Amino acid sequence: MQADADFAPGARVRVRALMPPGHIRTPAYLRGHVGEVERVLGPFGNPEKLAYMLPADKQRLYRVRFRLADLWPDADAPTDTIDAEIYAHWLEPA
Amino acid sequence: MPHDHHDHSHEGMSPSGHPYRADQDGPLSYWQNMEIAVRELLIEKGVVTPEQVAAQIEAMDARTPANGAAVVARAWTDPAFRARLLEDGSAASREMGFDVGPMKLIAVENTEDVHNVIVCTLCSCYPRNLLGLPPDWYKSRAYRSRTVREPRKVLSEFGLDLPDDVTVRVHDSTADMRYIVVPARPEGTEGMDEATLATLVTRDSMIGTGVARLPNS
Repeated sequence: MQADADFAPGARVRVRALMPPGHIRTPAYLRGHVGEVERVLGPFGNPEKLAYMLPADKQRLYRVRFRLADLWPDADAPTDTIDAEIYAHWLEPA
Repeated sequence: MPHDHHDHSHEGMSPSGHPYRADQDGPLSYWQNMEIAVRELLIEKGVVTPEQVAAQIEAMDARTPANGAAVVARAWTDPAFRARLLEDGSAASREMGFDVGPMKLIAVENTEDVHNVIVCTLCSCYPRNLLGLPPDWYKSRAYRSRTVREPRKVLSEFGLDLPDDVTVRVHDSTADMRYIVVPARPEGTEGMDEATLATLVTRDSMIGTGVARLPNS
């Protein structure tokens, strides 16, 4: 995966549509979807390494806000939102 | 007259003639065995004592939603604290003696236009320092999967029907953050002191599956 990207609040980002094995904290239902950076957090140790007691790189963590309608086409309230924390290496500009 | 006939067995019956309910203690699971083995080894090797293990369990059990309710009531009565809580939840709750440990706390506030609800779709992340142990339903597959798919329907099953002009914000605790909802302060509570206000703040209102109690309800 490519190096840590840097996004400001409000930036449109896409969650990478990858399905690697291992301890992944990026929910599958968000992969491939576009949202907006709500705030920037971290850096935190990469849990994909920490879970196996490997030396962990520090990753920026983003709270990304998704519209319900963008995730579920049949959403009953399209403007409701889901915020989730996504590590930098899982995000690309959208 | 069933009790006149003694040609059938009363074995397995209670003295009052009813069958005993089966015990619920099945065999230990793999992970239960693992926990016992590791705990006994740690004690045998002198790493921890049984008293320390018991004390830690007691400390974990002692954390209750009253901690979170105290934080919310402070936020309702002290605008400067409210601002600090929304800015940095960990630091503000530490001020009140509730350390969040290595995790960070984000407080999200309900307003006239926004209702927040917390879920952890990947496991069962929960602000234990402020709310104690999570309820069983919080860890259920149904709550975890449905809250991000049809949040209004889930809330409605909790008795919370939100008007269309209120935006629902679901927060999925996927990583290092923990969340607490600051529910809206109920009407008719002007002049109440912080301790009385705290009694109106329910656990579910801080998860977002409920709202704060009205006074005298």
